Parts: sequence; structure tokens; C-alpha cells
Amino acid sequence: MHGVGQTADAVPAVLRLPESAPSSLWRDAMRHLFRKRSANVGMVILGMLLLVAIFAPLIATHDPTMVLIGVENVKKRTPPCIHALGCPADQPEHYLGVDGNVRDLFSRIVYGSRLSLFIGFFAVGFAIIIGTFLGAVAGYLGGWPDNIIMRVMDVLMAFPALLLAIAIVTVLGPGLINALLAIGIVSIPSYARVVRASVLSIKEQDFVTADLALGVPSSRILFHRILPNALTPLIVRGTLGIATAILDAAALSFLGLGAQPPTPEWGSMLGAERNQVFTAPHLVFFPGVAIMLTVLGFNLLGDGMRDALDPRLNR
Amino acid sequence: MLSYVIRRLLMAIPVLLGIVFVTFTLARVLPGDPCRAALGERATAVVCEAFIKRVGLDKPIPVQFYIYTGELLRGDLGESFRFGRPATVILVERLPVTVELAVSAMIFATIVSIPLGIISAYRHNSAVDVATMLGANIGVSMPVFWLGLMLAYAFAVLLKDTPLWLPPSGRLTSGMTLPPLTEAWNLELQGLPLGIVTFISNMNTVNALLTGNWATLWDAIKHLILPATALGTIPLAIIARMTRSSLLDVLGLDYIRTARAKGLREWAVVLRHGMRNAMLPIVTIIGLSLGELLGGAVLTETIFGLSGVGRTLFESITARDYTIVQAFTLVIAVGYVLINLIVDLSYAYLDPRIRLS
Repeated sequence: MHGVGQTADAVPAVLRLPESAPSSLWRDAMRHLFRKRSANVGMVILGMLLLVAIFAPLIATHDPTMVLIGVENVKKRTPPCIHALGCPADQPEHYLGVDGNVRDLFSRIVYGSRLSLFIGFFAVGFAIIIGTFLGAVAGYLGGWPDNIIMRVMDVLMAFPALLLAIAIVTVLGPGLINALLAIGIVSIPSYARVVRASVLSIKEQDFVTADLALGVPSSRILFHRILPNALTPLIVRGTLGIATAILDAAALSFLGLGAQPPTPEWGSMLGAERNQVFTAPHLVFFPGVAIMLTVLGFNLLGDGMRDALDPRLNR
Repeated sequence: MLSYVIRRLLMAIPVLLGIVFVTFTLARVLPGDPCRAALGERATAVVCEAFIKRVGLDKPIPVQFYIYTGELLRGDLGESFRFGRPATVILVERLPVTVELAVSAMIFATIVSIPLGIISAYRHNSAVDVATMLGANIGVSMPVFWLGLMLAYAFAVLLKDTPLWLPPSGRLTSGMTLPPLTEAWNLELQGLPLGIVTFISNMNTVNALLTGNWATLWDAIKHLILPATALGTIPLAIIARMTRSSLLDVLGLDYIRTARAKGLREWAVVLRHGMRNAMLPIVTIIGLSLGELLGGAVLTETIFGLSGVGRTLFESITARDYTIVQAFTLVIAVGYVLINLIVDLSYAYLDPRIRLS
């Protein structure tokens, strides 16, 4: 998402070549994207999520970390109570109920949206920066640097992502930032591979040969000529990657390795109440729905972008 | 084909070496004191010194690595600090639990997803197609642990006292046991054969099937349904999407039109001609998902109270049990590489262009 804005300025610089009409690919892509129903659904979900995250203090009915003992007459793990739906007016209203520490679940979920978006963007941003650098160097230089980098990536990919992330967090110590780094590290190989593949195909093209003949320095060719052209697959991968990152971060928090209490993080909220699922299912159900909707939004948008940006598809 | 197999096997060697190195390093950089983790917080310095010496942690790291690889080549994975038993014994005990779970999840996912994908592709843009794809999108977006908990709640609490009730945890109803196969068949085994038989014997469903304990078999299957469904849902969604898109690509090709023009029946066109060529990406995605299941197994095993490799590994990391962490990560990673290898080889078998290039 942030990539689209970035490339809008980067593209004209790249496509100064005579044959291509400037930025038409992007304009076409945006048009196709808006025409695709599933992508629209994804954008609506994410747009609403973004609004919730920005206006969390206005939407939330309570302070997300405030314990309501002595403030209101509620017991812990009280099920949802909405006055408009027939809940007695003498009971305090809690849209999604009260959690095991007597905090308002709705407010915690509302504030949790900020964390999930933060985790998604930063984990993927980190992975993209490192992965792009490694993939670009490997693809551009070829030979032994390529071999070493890609074999290391192969080894990283030989471990199931979540297990490796668990191990890395254990080494770094539990916590939100470390969980974010761990998820970033395990997703580096997929970005490195994508970028390397694009670089390999682009570096053989005539405009690169022309640059070489003109004596343009390699770093400039790589970062100003080749990489902007490799952006398309990276943006698609990145959007889908945010979905995976949010899921993995929730899993780490669920296991107690990510965000620590009382942070209102969806995965840790779910993990804290998992043994109460038989008595207070609402405390497990709602945070899970929040995770699912967010991940669904990114998945739908990512799929839509892949179709919109793929010029080979007949439309 | 043979030269392709050899080439592919040789390519796996550096990755395997890398894995050995990473697992070794990983176990060494875990924070915390292995001695106090193994013997308890109150272990004295003298006791700890003796412990460190006994397990060889006082030697320089390169020497430890040398000893480790040597033992590895002899099939020795070391002794667990926490259980006081060889890692291989614990592996033979717990890996079958995960294998049984992962295989059932995969069978469930494949059986449901491929027909759904075929119908979706064949009736492109129909109500079935839209519903399947919507379901698939939701399926890949669900956290495994949430789905597991919700299934447990639905089947163990909401459907209590109905025939649909399913147990929310464990592998067998308490009181039910299965004798090890060595006992059931009066086998006198040692070493590797014993390990293999014990491994098979620890997969409850296989054991019950082999010994003809039908009541126990049904009980074991009932305990497997919820965890396998939870674990299998994501691969189900992924395989259904892949089947649909792959078959859609193929159904647009000229040879399909030729097959129809010849007057072949529709099912023969789609299943025999279409699916044969659409299978390649589907096989790949099944293999890759099987590997990914091992990660999801940590969560599923935790929720459903199963002592498989995933949960044991997670607990061993927290308990600083170096040997188990090393051994189990190694086995999982090697298993992952082997699955990918098999996928690549089957790919080459299915598509001659790959092995000949």
C-alpha cells in the first residue's frame, strides 16, 4: 500500500525510455483493481479497520487497560450486554462483554487494530528492505555472492516459518518488537527470491545494456533502473505477506511470546482466555473474528492486486 | 530421470549441512542456564559444574560441533536433560502423534478441496464457485488456534448429548489403551527395527487397525477429527484455490477443445484430460502445505492436548532442553527438505520437460 505511493514518483524517472507511455501500467492497474469485486471488499474492510485504528479513542467505550472492579458493578467474563438488544437497562453496557481481568472487550479489540496494522506493516517492511537488498545483490552480481546468499535463504526456508519464529523470539526474548523482528526475519527469503527473479530477467534487457555501455555505475543501474521495474511482484507479495505476518504475530502472542499483558493485542487476548473457551466463548470468539477480518482484507486486496498488475491476464 | 534424481539429491546436501549448523547454533544461543533449567533453580554450583561436564557443555563450541556431527552420523541425537532419556526414544514416542495428525489433516484437506476446486473451475462463476472461493478466502484467513478452540467449543459443548459430540482433547478416552505392537505380536527386537515398530505402534489408528481393535480405532478416529479439521482447513482452502485456477488454465487450451470435438464424455474431458495436466501445481502445493502443517502443529497440539513434536519442541525451547530442541528442529527441517525433494522429483516424473532440461 505504501509502495503504491512510492512508485508513483519513481515510475516516471524509470520510464523515460521512448517506447512506453509513462505510468500507464499503474493507471491501468488501479482501474482494474477498482473494478474487481473481491479487491473492493478487501479495500472496504481495510479502510474501516484503518478508521477504527485512527479514531480508536473516539470509538472505544472504555479505557482498554482499565480494570473495572470498583468502577462498575460487573463480574469478570460477563457475556455481552447491549441495551438496544434487550439487555436489562440496570446492567452496565458492554458490547462484547468483559474479559477475565474485568476490562471492556470491545475497547480492547478496537485498540488492538492499531497493533495489528503496526505489526503487519513493520514486519513486512523490515523483511522487504532486507530481502530486496539481498535478492538484488544476489541477482545482479550472480556467481558466488548469489550462491552464498541463496543457499542461506534455502536453509532459512527449510524450517517451517512459525517454528523458526518461535525459536528466534526465544533467543531474543518475548515481546512485541522481538516477535515483529522474528516474523520479519523468517519472511526475508520469500522477498529475496521474488526480487532476485525479477532482477535476473530485467538485467538482460536492452535498457540495462545501454546503461552499461554509457558507463552508468552498477549501484545506480541496480537501484534506479532495475529495482523500480521489479516492484510489481514485490508489492503483491508484500500485501499478501502482511496477512501472513498478522496471523503469525497473533500465533506468537497466543503462545505468550509476542505482545505482553496488558497490551490489547488480539492474539494475546485470545491466548489469555483460551482455557475459558467452554465457559466464556465470547472472549475467544471476538478477538479471533477481528484477526480473521483483518487478514481477509489483506488477502483479498493482495489477490486483487496480483490480478490487476498482471498484464498477461486477458480482461 | 536418474541423472536428475542424483543432481537434485546433491543439491540438497548443502542445505542439509546448513540445517545441522543452524540447529546446533540455535540450541547454543538460547538464553538461560541449561543446568538450572534441567536440575531446578536450587541446583548448587558444584552440582551444576558436574552436570555441565557430563553433558559436554564445558568444551569449546567448535569441539562441541565436531562431537555433535559425529554422533549425528551414528544416529545418536543425544540425551534429553529434562527427560533423562535419549532424544531418539522421545522422538519415536512423539513424532507418530504429529505424523498421524498431519496425515489425517492432509487427507481431509485433499479429499474435500480437489472436488470443490474441480466443480468451481468447471462451473466457473456459478454460485458453487463463488461460495467455494469465498469460503477458501475465509479459510486461509483464519488463525488455526482460533478455529481449533471454536471447533472444540462447538462439538464438545454445544453438541453435548448429541451423536455429533466429539472429544475436545487427548488421543484416546481414558481407560482405553493400545498394547505396543511388539507386545501384541510377541516380537523380540532391538535397535532400528524396534524403533520402527514402536513408531508404527505409537500411531494409534494404525496400531488399532493392525491389531483389529475396532472400538479403540473408532475412539482414536473420533479424537483425531477436530484437530485434523482445524489443522487441515488452511491447506484445504489453498488446494481448492490452486485446483480451480490450475484447471481453469488447462480447460482453456486447444487440446481440450479437440477432446470435446472427438465426442468424449464431459467427465473424461475434465478428469482424464484436464486434471492430468492440471495436477502439477496441485501436487506442489500439497507437498508445500504438508511441510507448513508442521508449524501449525505446534498450535493445534497445544490446543487439543496432544504430545506431538510441535508441542514438545515448544515446551523444550521454554525449558532450555538443548538436546531436544536440536534433535526435533533437525528432524522437522530434514523432513521438510525431504518433502520438497519428493515434490520436485514427482514434478519431474509428471512433466518430462523438467527432467530433460
